[in-house]
Amino acid sequence: MVQSTKVNRRLSKSVQSIQPSGIRRFFDLASTMDNIISLGVGEPDFVTPWNVREAAFSSLERGFTAYTANAGLLELREEISKYMSQQFALPYSPDSEVLVTVGASEAIDLAIRALVDPGDEVIVVEPTFVSYAPIVSLAGGVPVSVGTKKEDEFKVTPAQLEAAITPKTKLVMICFPNNPTGAVMTKEELELISHVIKKHDLLVLSDEIYAELSYETSHYSIARLPDMRDRTVVISGFSKAFAMTGWRLGFTLAPEDITAAMLKIHQYTMMCASTPAQYGALEALQNGLADVKKMVQSYNQRRNFIVKSYAEIGLPCHTPGGAFYAFPSIKNTGYDSGEFAEKLLLEERVAVVPGDVFGEGGEGHIRCSYATSMENLEESVRRIGRFLEKHTR
Amino acid sequence: MGVNSKEIEVLQIIEENGRVSLNTLAKMVELSEEQVEGILKKLEKEKVILSYSAVIDWSKVYDQENVTAMIDVKVTPQRGVGFDDIAKRIYRFPEVKALYLMSGAYDLSVVIEGKSMSQIARFVSDKLSTLDSVISTTTHFQLKKYKHDGVVFEDGEEDRRIVVTP
Repeated sequence: MVQSTKVNRRLSKSVQSIQPSGIRRFFDLASTMDNIISLGVGEPDFVTPWNVREAAFSSLERGFTAYTANAGLLELREEISKYMSQQFALPYSPDSEVLVTVGASEAIDLAIRALVDPGDEVIVVEPTFVSYAPIVSLAGGVPVSVGTKKEDEFKVTPAQLEAAITPKTKLVMICFPNNPTGAVMTKEELELISHVIKKHDLLVLSDEIYAELSYETSHYSIARLPDMRDRTVVISGFSKAFAMTGWRLGFTLAPEDITAAMLKIHQYTMMCASTPAQYGALEALQNGLADVKKMVQSYNQRRNFIVKSYAEIGLPCHTPGGAFYAFPSIKNTGYDSGEFAEKLLLEERVAVVPGDVFGEGGEGHIRCSYATSMENLEESVRRIGRFLEKHTR
Repeated sequence: MGVNSKEIEVLQIIEENGRVSLNTLAKMVELSEEQVEGILKKLEKEKVILSYSAVIDWSKVYDQENVTAMIDVKVTPQRGVGFDDIAKRIYRFPEVKALYLMSGAYDLSVVIEGKSMSQIARFVSDKLSTLDSVISTTTHFQLKKYKHDGVVFEDGEEDRRIVVTP
């Protein structure tokens, strides 16, 4: 894909200021080839559990085809509120503090647009989900990257945060369990950064879409810490835990004023999330938690397999505490992550995502999703092992 | 018997895929190969694991397709042993693939596999019905197999995800 440097007068400056996703570029390359084992997929390999699909059919049969309330079906908000409170000790009022969105992606956009003025600086803790910085730019904000390090297990430190803060800083964006590193932050570690956040009176966008997929310790949200609830927007959704990526259903938990502000934007742009999807989500929360548990157990087994196997073939990899990604270092091959991923794809037909597309700190790593079958994982280990034998220096 | 959570995890994995290698299984449950082998040996010995089998769609193999019938059998239970003796007499026939004691309209559910309908008919009339305590039989032939032992035959739920996503 050729990037034109010439300014196109038809297009807005903000859209021209952002680059197309590096993931997209890699997808274009991979999609021209056959018989690929893909570790490049950031979504579950499970199909949405049958009862959830069935609930969506049934909602259509019963004629629930009209708009819902802008903030989402009240019934669904009540279930979300109950679920988040029971599962993660995050009690929020379904009437005024929960907003159902078109995927967690819309939720992130809403939060940024509701909180960021042009010129405001937003700290983006990287490597992380590819959309954060562009969404900030589209809102006129200035993304400030803070690159976490492998030595710190890809967790952001108070010192790193402190160093990135200026008088213009408004918001900090974090994502734990993290895409792409699988890093999780403990209560104690979050506590340390929360002091810095409070000292500088900043807001936090905490993307917790992978919260259910926490393996060693149960998930702890930064919003639970003293005086943090009022300055935090928690982002979550149904995609990852309930295997519902294509349904595009997310939600936010935020204090009343921020929720009202996000709702304003949401009602003028999306109106409401898709109605059948909301009925599916309702069923997922009411009767789907056993499925979540089974899926999480399966991811955990595959994670254990991948971490041990990568160690055996000489691919250094920290143990991811959550999500479904391993983020091994490829530094001892001498290639940068883009070259590595491309060569691996061409020579061994294994698709991984180069770490640099996830921002600062991602270079020298690749993202390998283990949300694929054990057979694929076993074969991919054989192929990557063969590849490393040829290319390790 | 007491089974710990690691052992249950092992059982769940091999129930889904009995062919998983010891090495892979050990990594998945974070134990050594020797430990997993020990667990399997123990569970085999305790007859928790009875056998390792494959679910095969014989209809795809030329000339190998069998006819399966489920036969509802009413029997007279015997003093002292109830249904156990008659059950034993029935399950020893090699044609019998499964046998269950049922509640409700009949007593035993017998699953028979044969080369043809007439072979099954012969089994029912010659062998099953002639047993002393058998009062009646009702034979149902299976027409098509959709799901067996938790495995869906030809469900078409292949991976529909694109190769690289965020």
